[in-house]
Amino acid sequence: MDARAIHETLVARFGEKITSAALEAASPFAVVATDAIAEVAAFCKADPALAFDNLMCLAAVDYPKETPPRMEVVYHLNSYEHLHTFALKVHVPRESPAVPTVEKSWGVANWHEREAFDLFGIAFTGHSDPRRILLPDDWEGHPLRKDWQDPEYYNGLHVKPTQQMAERALAGEAIGVGPFDFTPKNAHVEEP
Amino acid sequence: MGDMSEVKGLIHNRFGDGLFFTSADQIINWSRKNSIWFMTFGLACCAIEMMATGASRYDTERFGIMPRGTPRQTDLMIVAGTVTLKMATRVKRLYAQMPEPKYVLSMGSCANNGGPYWKHGYHVLKGVDEVIPVDVYVPGCPPRPEALLYGLLKLQEKIQEDRVTRKRGYTVGSLAGARLDGSSDRPVTK
Repeated sequence: MDARAIHETLVARFGEKITSAALEAASPFAVVATDAIAEVAAFCKADPALAFDNLMCLAAVDYPKETPPRMEVVYHLNSYEHLHTFALKVHVPRESPAVPTVEKSWGVANWHEREAFDLFGIAFTGHSDPRRILLPDDWEGHPLRKDWQDPEYYNGLHVKPTQQMAERALAGEAIGVGPFDFTPKNAHVEEP
Repeated sequence: MGDMSEVKGLIHNRFGDGLFFTSADQIINWSRKNSIWFMTFGLACCAIEMMATGASRYDTERFGIMPRGTPRQTDLMIVAGTVTLKMATRVKRLYAQMPEPKYVLSMGSCANNGGPYWKHGYHVLKGVDEVIPVDVYVPGCPPRPEALLYGLLKLQEKIQEDRVTRKRGYTVGSLAGARLDGSSDRPVTK
């Protein structure tokens, strides 16, 4: 199935819930209404003509300069049976973003959604294990948001390098073993 | 006996083959520096070079330097790779689990000062010397096995210069800030 046929199948089934699409893009995608993504995902998995049995990637993107500012969650789907690919997107507001989980359709979404929550702060409603996955449990904030500012400290450790650290790093060989010189010590001794 | 032959004195080489005299510092340091067991502890791509250094082509075991699987049997921690903030507390704990005397070799730019994560690494410790004292820094991204070997030999020199019986200031296993010419950033207590 090509992207156009996949899109037509989705529109025929879900109608208004498929809000827009870009079928000529390098990776063709359709935008899905946020509240319908779980049903669309289940349909994509179960429908024998689509048979998207593989969620290749679940990614989040931050677009603070769009009007209105939004974040997107992108689902890259692949079918081992029909060897076709497609992408779904949902738009969520940057303030308190929340998306229904697709964990019931693809088990791999569990970790991917935890990662998107960890780094972007997108809440996946219905997720069975909504914890951070990469950053420490006591970390504050979501660093891949565009408005992220590094804190000065995390648990007493510097996050931003200080001026003293910069000078130490630039001093280089004064603190280290220095530039490597494998020349034998007496190689350049001049004969009297 | 390698470096032992450099020891000169009135009773040096005055006796038969089965008996020799040396100083306690010399023999203890000589034993220590020729049996550096390091912890198998790779954090990132530098670990690949560390493995290559330990394998047969570069073969650290000809210097008595060999990997061990637990911090409780090791003398040296080679911090090979990017120390994230999450890992920093673990590094500190592993260092605490090592028995004295213990040494640390910071391998590669990330462990030295954050390296490529200097500006935009919200999750990376800017130099492992913020949590544990470092004896030798090996630059490179990642350092070649020759560079790591050079760093290990520098550590051996450092250990040979150590004073065991009459400690002065910061000595065993806490040479952070010390330079190869003997000067130090740290205050020396008498």
